[in-house]
Amino acid sequence: MRPGAPSRLRRHSLILAALLVAYLALCALVTNSYYQLMLTLVPIWAVLGLSWNIFSGYTGLISFGHAAFFGLGAYTVALLLTMLNLTPWIGIPLAAVLGAVAALLIGLPTFRLRGHYFALAMLAYPLLMTYLVQYLGYHEVSMPMRREAPMAFLQFSDPRIYTLLALALLVVAMIISMVVENSRFGLSLMAIRQNELAAEAAGINARRWKTRALMLSGAMAGTAGGFYACVLLVVTPEAVFGMLVSAQALVVALFGGVGSYWGPLIGATILIPLSETLHAELGEIVPGIQGVVYGAAIILIMLLAPEGLYWSIRDRRGRRAASLAPGAMPVADAAPITTVRVPAMPAEHAAVPRSGRTLLEVRGLSKSFGGLKAVDDVSFSVPEGSILGIIGPNGAGKTTMFNVLNGVLPADRGEARLDGEQMVGRKLHQINHMGVGRTFQVVRSFPRLPLLDNVLVGAYGAGLPDEEAVVAAREAIARTGLSRLTDVPAGGLTSKELRLMELARALAGRPRLLLLDETLAGLGREECDAVLDVLGGLRAEGMTTVIIEHTMHAMLRIADELLVIDRGRVLTQGQPRGVVEDRSVIEAYLGRKWMAQTQCST
Amino acid sequence: MSDAQILIENFLNALTAGILVGCIYGLMCVGLGLIFGVMRVVNFAQGDFLMLGMYTAYYLVTGWGLLAFLGPYAGPLLAAILAGPVVFAGGLLLHRFLISRVSGLRTTGSLDEGHFGQLIVTLGVSLVLQNGGLIVFGSTPRTVNTPMSSSAWVLETHIFDSLVFLNKARLISSLLAIIAAIALYFVLERTRLGRSLRAAADNPTAATYVGVDVDRAHRIAFGLGSGVTAVAGGLIATFLSYSPFVGLDFVIIMYAGVVLGGMGSILGAFWGGLTVGFVQQFSGLVLPPQLQNAAIFVVFLLILLLRPQGFFGRSAERA
Repeated sequence: MRPGAPSRLRRHSLILAALLVAYLALCALVTNSYYQLMLTLVPIWAVLGLSWNIFSGYTGLISFGHAAFFGLGAYTVALLLTMLNLTPWIGIPLAAVLGAVAALLIGLPTFRLRGHYFALAMLAYPLLMTYLVQYLGYHEVSMPMRREAPMAFLQFSDPRIYTLLALALLVVAMIISMVVENSRFGLSLMAIRQNELAAEAAGINARRWKTRALMLSGAMAGTAGGFYACVLLVVTPEAVFGMLVSAQALVVALFGGVGSYWGPLIGATILIPLSETLHAELGEIVPGIQGVVYGAAIILIMLLAPEGLYWSIRDRRGRRAASLAPGAMPVADAAPITTVRVPAMPAEHAAVPRSGRTLLEVRGLSKSFGGLKAVDDVSFSVPEGSILGIIGPNGAGKTTMFNVLNGVLPADRGEARLDGEQMVGRKLHQINHMGVGRTFQVVRSFPRLPLLDNVLVGAYGAGLPDEEAVVAAREAIARTGLSRLTDVPAGGLTSKELRLMELARALAGRPRLLLLDETLAGLGREECDAVLDVLGGLRAEGMTTVIIEHTMHAMLRIADELLVIDRGRVLTQGQPRGVVEDRSVIEAYLGRKWMAQTQCST
Repeated sequence: MSDAQILIENFLNALTAGILVGCIYGLMCVGLGLIFGVMRVVNFAQGDFLMLGMYTAYYLVTGWGLLAFLGPYAGPLLAAILAGPVVFAGGLLLHRFLISRVSGLRTTGSLDEGHFGQLIVTLGVSLVLQNGGLIVFGSTPRTVNTPMSSSAWVLETHIFDSLVFLNKARLISSLLAIIAAIALYFVLERTRLGRSLRAAADNPTAATYVGVDVDRAHRIAFGLGSGVTAVAGGLIATFLSYSPFVGLDFVIIMYAGVVLGGMGSILGAFWGGLTVGFVQQFSGLVLPPQLQNAAIFVVFLLILLLRPQGFFGRSAERA
């Protein structure tokens, strides 16, 4: 569980319980059978929306194909009952299992794709199943009547019992969603949505978490589909595999708010009654008008609240609270926030005297893209507890070298050893687990989550257990001097604080080696100095750092050694003063313009 | 007739039908490829632009009969071409008032780059167009009347003396589709407008710096893409009967074609559409009719998984 989760979950459970009571009261009052059916459909579509949200909402990988799992569940239950006379009580759990298995099989190949490609590939699965089902001759499966044993076969004459069961399903789906969102599961998925590469570099095995999320999601969608079959009693490919089913899952979640379990609930509660009522009231008079009104309604809401109703209401309330009570949020403080570093706890990170032992050893590392040698036979070593600065013009291959070092890109040749252990050939998250932390040029945060949760990602990624992860995250925040901002949402941080936050995220995994990619970029001189103080403090505690940087004065202040790279090759390595004074090298290879740059601070 | 002769004849007919249908699918995919390539927006309403093109052609020829004086041959073809500018104008307006609010520079750089909002809005547009179409056009299946749909030229080949049937409507439509695609290609490659569209596609932010009005480029791309697909719709209307919900059948085929060709490549989109036409017609030789479309999606998935950048795409989408 994430910090603060127990109290949040308790509060949300109470709200959920209150909503349930209200809904039950409504069910007791409604006698019209059409509206009773509607009351049953709302929770079913909410469950499908929650299932979509668990996967697509948190990971940001859009699935157009949730009908595949939903339809599979519906057909499983219907066919088991008609062919084997097997009760839905067994059929629905089987539908869940099949949904998870289908998700596993679909995920295996499809997770190789990203972005739009993933979304479009998902579109194909329910269509394939539609054609397959039609080919097998199941255009329409009617469930046989078993009125004599309503309890055993889920065929009640009182429609309100269906509503009760649907609500029970919804409660289970809500509990699953709440646990996921408030645990490392959800946080890992959100980190993937934010930046998959950075999540991997923070030690998160993206592939594994995505597979788990899709399997859980598939199981939930299968369950919803199985129960849907029991309510409708007739299953057709269009009704359960159709594009409108996938669209419905996506629409209720997006409308209500993506990435929050309240979203699909809000979406289903508003949209399903709206579309059903329109269908019943207007559909007879002017066929098609219900679709027009429904379509216009979702367009309108998206224009007014692009992230969904839940988030826009929450943000608006947040803004009002902030404007009513200035100073209540530390971000609003006018006084400049002083960064006070707290060194790591001495017991764990005793200031290691520089041993002179080599921590990172790179030999003959090479990487080409076609004919371009981005990294060409690079060798260097970094002694433990020192800071190595890497400089070079844009396009020199500095970031590519980092990418090869921490496993983003495979190396063509050469080797890199961390404390004697081979790094080349390992995956990104495995290299993180070896003790390599990395920051990226572009900082991305969870703007709505507090700093602590943002940093926690690094600790979870490193595989620390819950309690220890929180300790590690707080410690990392203290080491970067951000302690007083621990509970501030990351959206309110300055760019310097965001840079430090990213550093803290890397530190939370308790690395032995830090790879920092332009941590100072875009910072003013004073901000630069503050970050440099933090880096210097880390070195005093024994941290080994390799930093890419353009700002020469910063390098002179902090680096123990400098490595100059141009066109993928090492030009020179040595003491900073020596390198800078070697004007001939710099002028010849990097040009006068770059010389001028060394004088100024930006 | 021997078995071999029947087989050869079926093969040749599938081949020609594949080319004819494929060229029209190609044009249809070019429209979507343009929108996707320039704007990176997944447009669910593309199938409905196709439908609008079909109905524009229907009203011009059969419904109001404005073009009836041109006779049953030239009328339907001119109507298909005129569907282009009509839907182009509609596309411009739609982008101006709706799509631009959830896409373009406004959303680049935001988390998920606004994909969620775009999906919902285009899904909403699709719903409005389909159901609005039902209200305005009615649910009776329509077709553009021309004697070409039911007549064919017969080619006598020297291979086993087999006969190849070339449906007149399909043949002439596919020729027009090729001409339209080539014309669009020249607009994109050779004109100032085309250059600004490609610049906006490559890097919208950088394009702004060199003075390209990215919003306008997106609006024109959206209009052109809608119009081109509508022309394809008008051409299909000469040999297929349709209802307002016909877009659903085609939108998937379009995406399959665009992905096959490589997203962002206009030329690739045409070849992708052609491939889809081939696969569809050839699978008819070996598979039962229900599984013909399934074959398209199996090929679609295989290409996605084995070569995600498509035939002509430059590189896979980055993380």
